[in-house]
Amino acid sequence: MLRYLLEKEFKQFIRNRFLPRIVIILPFAALAIFPLTANMDIKNLALAVVDNDRSATSRQIEEKITSSGFFKLSGYFDNSNSALKSIERNEADLILEIPPQFEQSLNRENSASVMIAANAVNGMKGGMGSMYLSSIITDYNRELASRQINEIRPLYRFNPDLSYRAFMVPALMSMMLAIICGFLPALNIVSEKENGTIEQMNVTPVGKFTFIISKLIPYWTAGFVVATLCMFTAFIFYGMLPKGSIPLLYLFAAVFILSFSGFGLIVSNYAQTIQQAIFIIFFFVLTMIFLSGLYTPYQNMPEWAQFMSNASPLKYFIQVLRITYLKGATFAEMQHLFYPLCILAVIFNGWAVLSYEKRGG
Amino acid sequence: MKTTVIKVDNLTKTFGRFTAVDHISFEVSRGEIFGFLGANGAGKTTAMRMLCGLSRPTSGSGTVAGCDISRSSEEVKKHIGYMSQKFALYEDLKVWENMRLYAGIYGVKRREIPKVIDDMLATLGFTAEKNTLVKELPLGWKQKLAFSVSIIHRPSIVFLDEPTGGVDPAARRQFWELIYKAAADGITVFVTTHYMDEAEYCNRVSIMVDGRIEALGTPSDLKQKFAASSMDEVFTMLARSAKRADN
Repeated sequence: MLRYLLEKEFKQFIRNRFLPRIVIILPFAALAIFPLTANMDIKNLALAVVDNDRSATSRQIEEKITSSGFFKLSGYFDNSNSALKSIERNEADLILEIPPQFEQSLNRENSASVMIAANAVNGMKGGMGSMYLSSIITDYNRELASRQINEIRPLYRFNPDLSYRAFMVPALMSMMLAIICGFLPALNIVSEKENGTIEQMNVTPVGKFTFIISKLIPYWTAGFVVATLCMFTAFIFYGMLPKGSIPLLYLFAAVFILSFSGFGLIVSNYAQTIQQAIFIIFFFVLTMIFLSGLYTPYQNMPEWAQFMSNASPLKYFIQVLRITYLKGATFAEMQHLFYPLCILAVIFNGWAVLSYEKRGG
Repeated sequence: MKTTVIKVDNLTKTFGRFTAVDHISFEVSRGEIFGFLGANGAGKTTAMRMLCGLSRPTSGSGTVAGCDISRSSEEVKKHIGYMSQKFALYEDLKVWENMRLYAGIYGVKRREIPKVIDDMLATLGFTAEKNTLVKELPLGWKQKLAFSVSIIHRPSIVFLDEPTGGVDPAARRQFWELIYKAAADGITVFVTTHYMDEAEYCNRVSIMVDGRIEALGTPSDLKQKFAASSMDEVFTMLARSAKRADN
């Protein structure tokens, strides 16, 4: 029985003008474009300088800042007011103000202060910018103070230059899988309801389980295509290859796709129209993306949110992708992520089978 | 000897405070063409959906092909065919693919499926359209195809919900020829319709008004009883008493 249902699902999938293209184009486009636009690496910050000291020391500091590569000088100003104006005109992101007698007090009292002001309309940019700036100054200060005592220099393991791209690409992969493998099944059963074809199916002796399996397998297959395309694009565009084992990645992807497609089918069972299904799945996918540590670490969330994020398969899969890509973990190191995924896959798909009603009210 | 294949006893369906089907009882024998008439909103489709296991009865009981419709609706489904009011085959599949799908689902053996398909295409005169996508067929053809697919597994009963709605008179006649052929093969036909000329083709008819069966008998009995010259008159007389608005 399943064989005939699968033939039908695959034929319908392939003949759809839209679906096969989505599966091919979306992951490719997303991975090729998003990491370029969603770039959090901060560069070329416009810095306005108010140098009231005009000493050799202040020049050296300015030089050190501009040579760091993060900042470009937007101009020198005579007083803080005119510098602030330039921020208002959006010509500068940060102001560095060096007070008069800066060099003097540094030499005499061994301490001096500078003022850093940042435009925090974009909080991220302002925060990172002032952090860079102060660390450059601290650096300079240290060089001055002595020809070196104990220096603390952090080494970032697995992502040494803290590249945002290395962090985002694996997350984007899981997001693409979630979107495609969540939305497409969510729209499937409900569109059969809208077309009325589900009636003819419901009046046959097809079992609920067989029916749901026949809906799952095509999206499962599509998920593998998406995963492969994502990895391929990451390699072509960014030269990123997983440090860990690729078969292991597929194993986790298989369970992840299964659980997410199951979730889509649940939505499809409850929705009466395609419109409802779209809004419901949109809401849940969005919530899961935010709960799962895609943009912000889930450890920062309030406890109830962390608890809720346990029900999101994305949470586990994002971690798997990141550690496989950046660190190269073995199965033993990731099994604490594997079992929850399996449990979610069973729960979601069991629920999908049970919520499929052959006999309505 | 007459065998009863559908037996319904006080079958009722309510949606909230609305009683769609109100304690109906009747029997249908094997090989009969049973016309299930009624105005729009009289409860025909709801009653039929309960018999097919698509809807749960609120109260009352029924057996279809010897299976209880409340308790073993999945068992019922093995023995019946159903053609819904709205065309329900897959429009993005070809004619033969729809046939193959349903033949396969109903458990026709894999080796026999190609022959079943070819025979059916020949009967319908669709051999040239074997590879046509269903959405490209005209309505009359779609209806004939839907009917044939609903009996592809030789069920003992077939339920047809307004099978000729919106179809031209010539296509309707052809459709009824298919119904007669199925009945001659021993398939019991349970059909709803709005066309009173079609009611005349049935062995027996029931007329539903506001969820209740108000008349039941052969077309000639009913005409006699209501002193009418046609089924149309009988129907108009009964339907006039309906209180429910058209929906």
